[in-house]
Amino acid sequence: MSLTPRDMLLFLAVFGLIALTGFTQSWNVALGILNMGLISAIMALGVNMQWGYAGLFNVGVMGFVALGGLGAILVSMPPVNEAWAVGGGRVLLALLAGAATIAAAIFAWNRLPRGITRAVVLLAILVVGFFVFRGLFDPAVARIEDINPATTGYLGGLGLPVLMSWPVGALLAAGAAWIVGKTALGLRSDYLAIATLGIAEIIIAILKNEDWMSRGVKNVIGVPRPVPYEIDLQNDPGFVERMVGWGFDPVTASAITVKLAYSGLFAAVLLALLWLSQSALNSPWGRMMRAIRDNEVSAEAMGKDVKGRHLQIFILGSAVCGLAGAMMTTLDGQLTPGTYQPLRFTFLIWVMVIVGGSGNNFGAVLGGFLIWYLWIMVEPLGLSIIGFITAGMADGSWLKAHLLESAAHMRLFTMGLILLLVLRFSPRGLIPER
Amino acid sequence: MDLLNALVAFLNFVFVPGVAYGSQLALGALGVTLIYGILRFSNFAHGDTMAFGAMATILMTWWLQSLGVSLGPLPTALLALPVGIAATALLVLGTDRLVYRFYREQKAAPVILVIVSMGVMFMMNGLVRFIIGVDDQRFADGARFIITAREFKEMTGLREGLAIKSTAVLTVVVAIIVVIALFWFLNKTRTGKSMRAFSDNEDLALLSGISPERVVAITWIIVAALATIAGVLYGLDKSFKPFTYFQLLLPIFAAAIVGGLGNPLGAIAGGFIVAFSEVTITYAWKKVAGYVLPSWEPDGLVQLLSTDYKFAVSFAILIVVLLFRPTGLFRGKAV
Repeated sequence: MSLTPRDMLLFLAVFGLIALTGFTQSWNVALGILNMGLISAIMALGVNMQWGYAGLFNVGVMGFVALGGLGAILVSMPPVNEAWAVGGGRVLLALLAGAATIAAAIFAWNRLPRGITRAVVLLAILVVGFFVFRGLFDPAVARIEDINPATTGYLGGLGLPVLMSWPVGALLAAGAAWIVGKTALGLRSDYLAIATLGIAEIIIAILKNEDWMSRGVKNVIGVPRPVPYEIDLQNDPGFVERMVGWGFDPVTASAITVKLAYSGLFAAVLLALLWLSQSALNSPWGRMMRAIRDNEVSAEAMGKDVKGRHLQIFILGSAVCGLAGAMMTTLDGQLTPGTYQPLRFTFLIWVMVIVGGSGNNFGAVLGGFLIWYLWIMVEPLGLSIIGFITAGMADGSWLKAHLLESAAHMRLFTMGLILLLVLRFSPRGLIPER
Repeated sequence: MDLLNALVAFLNFVFVPGVAYGSQLALGALGVTLIYGILRFSNFAHGDTMAFGAMATILMTWWLQSLGVSLGPLPTALLALPVGIAATALLVLGTDRLVYRFYREQKAAPVILVIVSMGVMFMMNGLVRFIIGVDDQRFADGARFIITAREFKEMTGLREGLAIKSTAVLTVVVAIIVVIALFWFLNKTRTGKSMRAFSDNEDLALLSGISPERVVAITWIIVAALATIAGVLYGLDKSFKPFTYFQLLLPIFAAAIVGGLGNPLGAIAGGFIVAFSEVTITYAWKKVAGYVLPSWEPDGLVQLLSTDYKFAVSFAILIVVLLFRPTGLFRGKAV
């Protein structure tokens, strides 16, 4: 179950490609790719748990990633005290009322005998609950959003260190996964796919519109960092002296130091997760998961709780995606709900898992690095190819202008092509399951 | 009088947009459901097939417009539609030949085909963006309205106006024609019957000498036609933007599943159920409520959910149906 020499070579090749960017372009760019590659690898690990271990088809990765990002905001941003004073308690009360309504409805559904009474009671609970919720919620939200809307207009977070938000992001995603799993698992695989696709869109819609929570499309910027700021390093005489002594430009060196610090943090998380998932996969639990995936009926006949195990792995995988989402928001230093797009955050992760090798954790990690590298590099590459093709054309011809302008969209096309080629000619991926 | 005003406001803001949107969704869901019935997988690339068909039609429309061809009050796009359908049919047939056929012959699991369709979705999305860009494109011409709000007010003396866009009427008329033609084809012609037989029981159909490749090819051509028509109608009614077509995937799938995957009649019903729920739940009822209950002065807009949550509506319907009637309202097939 360890890496073969061939796998090592593949990893070396991918890191070599990233290093090559460092030598030919700049180390800043190379480390940028490495950092997002680490985060992508963690997302791919999460999806691989669901798909590779258990065969669950989750196309709502984007939603769980975004929830992780929300976790980073809720934990690390300083609280906005005025907003809490005018409406914080009331919003919490409204949310509690909403949750109580749903709980009461489920209780009524389960306890009352089937029939017209149950339908009427259920409807009454839902309608009354909805109006109570809106009655509490709307005025409080209006007051919160009125407080200094240009810079805050939201409740803020808890003001805790940002590193603490990573597990919180994972917890938020796990909670959402529990709700989705409770309703949609056990349905056919395509239905689970549609359900997760829907929940992801809803999570993004909530993040975009609930300004009181995370400022919506106005974005939260300036999320605290776990690493020093470049400007502080540049103002630190000791740092500047050392870097100049080593023959580096202090400004570049500060940027690279910050990126390296992030790389260290992310690599530590990735290695820990990789170790955990490898141990899990090779434990009796992991063998049970794969047995369930390969033949649900006989696993059930052996007394395995298929539905329960599916729910478990769905929650675990989504929590890993949420963790990666919190890490990404930390790296970006901002939460921008407008930038979450399913093609980038759901389907690209799937390409990573399939290309890397579903069912193999190392494969997923390799796919994460490789596909992220390609995602970044295809655009300049496409531009230069188009530049080459159009070199012979007359300047100012509309075709040349159009081709140059559209070259940026070659990315999606290339990713689709890679996915189809791998599925066709090497369906088990670069590092197949063993 | 007030009740009439309320009725007109309801027709103007809820009923007419709902019918137009419902027809577009129904056409889209028919495509999804046919693929599911014959090829037995959920085609994630359907939204982008619609975008491709609409794009081909738009390019043709622009060319026709530049030649000065027009249909008078009708949009020129109708004239360009056959070309768009042909281009889309060629594209999906090519995709089937190069991509899907391999897995069909292998008898791959449906979920593998779904992942494959994800790859196709990426490529089509990239293709559309490459050719026409990501921006909004307007290509509607001809008469904008059949009745404008002002004309209606003058005609009836009511305070509320009823504006009927010509694209809305066109959408409904075209959708009705297409649906009648499709059902005639499926129920009356030999080829249509062989398609239904293939969908019901593949082995039996093969035994009775139905050529599977022919059935599959015809299915793809019909799906291309449905997707192109749905895409063009949506584009005429709203506007063409590649990304919105990708987002249509969710309501379209909701419609197909609510109606019962694989059941064409269900797809149409599902389309209207999803469309009307979205419109009624996200509409601000203040105006209508004001006419019906003049004494009640609501503070807010009397809107159940903000329009930004319309996806949540299709999703909620989907979940309720899946939980309580997993095969859909019209008994689709569950593989």
